[in-house]
Amino acid sequence: MNPKTLEELRGILGPQGLVSSPEELRTYECDGLTNFRVIPSAVALPDSTEQVQAVVRVCHRERIPFVARGSGTGLSGGALPVAGGIVISLARMKRILEVDLPNARVVVEPGVINLEVTGRVASASYFYAPDPSSQSVCSIGGNVAENSGGAHCLKYGFTTTHVLGLEVVLPDGSLVHFGGKTLDTPGYDLAGVFVGSEGTLGIATKITLRIVKRPECVRTLLAAFGSPTEAGAAVSGIIAAGMLPAAIEMMDNLAIQAAEAAVHANYPDCGGLLLVELDGPVAEVDALMADVDTICRQHGASEIRVAQSETERALVWKGRKAAFAAMGRISPNYIVQDGVIPRTSLPQILSEIDQLSTETGLRVANVFHAGDGNLHPLVLYDRRISGQEKAAERLSERILELCIEKGGSITGEHGVGEEKKHMMSKMFAEPDLDTMQRVRCAFDPLNLSNPTKVFPRTRLCGEKPGEYVPHPLEVAGVAERF
Amino acid sequence: MLSRVEADGIGEVLRTIVGPEHVRAATDADAIAGVFPLVVVEPADERQTASVLRCANQAGLSVIPCGGGTKLNWGNPPRSADVVLSMRRQNRVIEHAWADLTVTVEAGCTIAELQRTLAQHGQRLAVDPLWPERATVGGILSTNDSGALRLGYGSLRDLIIGVTLALADGTIASSGGKVVKNVAGYDLPKLATGGMGTLGVITRAVFRLHPLPRNSRTLSIAVPDAAEMQRVILAILGAQLAPAAVQARNGSVDILLEGTLDGIAAQESAIGKFGKVQEGSPSVWNAREELWGGGNMVKFTTVPARIAAASAYFSRFVIQATGIGFAPFEGDLAQLRAAMEQDGGSLVIFGNRKLDAWGSPGDALPLMRAVKAQFDPKGTLNPGRFVGGI
Repeated sequence: MNPKTLEELRGILGPQGLVSSPEELRTYECDGLTNFRVIPSAVALPDSTEQVQAVVRVCHRERIPFVARGSGTGLSGGALPVAGGIVISLARMKRILEVDLPNARVVVEPGVINLEVTGRVASASYFYAPDPSSQSVCSIGGNVAENSGGAHCLKYGFTTTHVLGLEVVLPDGSLVHFGGKTLDTPGYDLAGVFVGSEGTLGIATKITLRIVKRPECVRTLLAAFGSPTEAGAAVSGIIAAGMLPAAIEMMDNLAIQAAEAAVHANYPDCGGLLLVELDGPVAEVDALMADVDTICRQHGASEIRVAQSETERALVWKGRKAAFAAMGRISPNYIVQDGVIPRTSLPQILSEIDQLSTETGLRVANVFHAGDGNLHPLVLYDRRISGQEKAAERLSERILELCIEKGGSITGEHGVGEEKKHMMSKMFAEPDLDTMQRVRCAFDPLNLSNPTKVFPRTRLCGEKPGEYVPHPLEVAGVAERF
Repeated sequence: MLSRVEADGIGEVLRTIVGPEHVRAATDADAIAGVFPLVVVEPADERQTASVLRCANQAGLSVIPCGGGTKLNWGNPPRSADVVLSMRRQNRVIEHAWADLTVTVEAGCTIAELQRTLAQHGQRLAVDPLWPERATVGGILSTNDSGALRLGYGSLRDLIIGVTLALADGTIASSGGKVVKNVAGYDLPKLATGGMGTLGVITRAVFRLHPLPRNSRTLSIAVPDAAEMQRVILAILGAQLAPAAVQARNGSVDILLEGTLDGIAAQESAIGKFGKVQEGSPSVWNAREELWGGGNMVKFTTVPARIAAASAYFSRFVIQATGIGFAPFEGDLAQLRAAMEQDGGSLVIFGNRKLDAWGSPGDALPLMRAVKAQFDPKGTLNPGRFVGGI
């Protein structure tokens, strides 16, 4: 990067606010998806909206691509730096600006950690509902970018349900506000389209969240089945009975073994474990829990346990939330996949995954958000064995193709990012993707904000003021103009 | 009136696309907020819809998409209204995947018809919009009218999981999908919801569904004054209860409980601590419809803790506990809007042709215009009806 530009950025951010030494830049070369790595030219650590604006204005003027970054826990490479670009880390903007309990609203900066929001309002019996497994470290800004889900979104909805207002620095440095504390603000639902746009439309600098009153009681039931297919049938039974549990999670035997090894969750040893959580008023939950128990038994549950204390409940969840990391206990390497199917296709896709596993000789552990058909197959492999990594990647991608064939999606919560952009044209037709890019062209006509992510090909937007200068991505042959 | 269309040979093209029996000259009864269209076209499907749009767009004719016509006077009067594009014939429930709790439905299907189909498998789209017998899927989405159930189940933006749009240039584009959880690509279903048909014509939508409640019970608490109304609402919202809907009307707070008999009974006794509870009639949930008829109607928004303050401007009103109210109003609308906006809320005016319908969209207006320009650069769809002249 031009040393003068670097100096200008340092002037804006102060000496503590700019990282440019090669050793320190390495920290930012990837996010939670570590098989893609790019070292950025610099990392900006702004402390305020004004600093974000000033940095983005420089990027806009100098045509420097930028990538916003929260805690860097993303699993699709969304925060992977762009070569020749800078990373804007929001880690220093971590203030909770306002807690408005009567209206159940909290206003935060993007670097605030997910769990801290609940931490701040728990004493008044409120909580922030979206609960990705990484919630103790991931940031609200990152959650906004990815439209993060979590186990409880079956009942409570995703990040987008809980974001009511946004202050956003657009890719030209201007500051805009979408939505607010009240609902249905006049105009297009730009907050709705911004949430989940994976950093491609600008940088959120202030976020108005809706918090939820903690239910009177929460009950968690574990049911052991002979196989995931049997457990899946029980899930269908629960849904068909007209219930909407707060969460329904499923783990297969391999996932159970890994979780046991990692956190000793004391799960029953079985082929398919179902974790059903109901919450709400005590009388309602008690009545429904009896129904869930009956349905699980009817579907062949060999053992049913209800967590008897908050400690037991926490342990049950600890096992589930640690499931990904726990794979390290049973395999040197693994790929975390994230796909979605219509829930009723579960038995079919499970047998297909089984067959792929047999064909390739690679083990696949399965962890699902079973209530909404969100699969997290974990493909286990050993990098030291020649050809296994490639085979694992192919298997993992084949699972996504199966999801598409069943009318599902290539990602339920981890995002498209860098990892899955080539899959987008398998899921969507060309006009669908072009129409999405129209939104992008309205927000970011110069294609500076996290370019190269989400879409299989970056389409550059028509009008450009002044003399035509080819975009760096165009020169590099990775983008085309339309 | 048809002459301009005929003179340019466009009438013939439209008849070729949809069949002669589905193109007719507009009459006075087709007026859109006082603006008289030339022609009414009723395409049979998505492709015909896109072809009609492409034809009108090329010819420089404006297009007003229309469902059941219940809310055609919402928004500003159009700058021009050449072609009324009726979605009446596109009224099929395409797929009710009841075991997956989703439905794919064409935009012209009425809400009541959709609910009847879903009820066959004990399910529903958990919204209670105005005039469900006539209002259509495309209409409630474009105007973002969901109702009091929003408290318990979210609004349309939370329930729509996929959309297909026909754009002004004839592009047919889908986004979202048929699964409840999906973050692949931009969330265009939300962009289309509440977009007043200015970005594209919604041709079909996919929704997540909820089971019909096992039991439901409406309760009402009489409230003598605004302070008491506010107190009761906040007490219910702040309690560890799970009402499906709460609304305040003149002198009353209504609560809808759904679920098991035991659960409802326990919640009813808990609510009894906040005031004297009476059995209410399920018809109170139609009180919003009864406000219409003569005079200016407004939609006002506020935060839950300011519900009483915002309602104090009206002699008759219905306000949902989410902070969305409806009322007739005879006074100075500009002054009322200023007061609402000052307080952080908004005021949307229905059917008044002198004042802007929407009020201030804030500093995002240039961006909204840029989005419109990308989707509909010639301003073919519903010109002038939305915020800031979009």
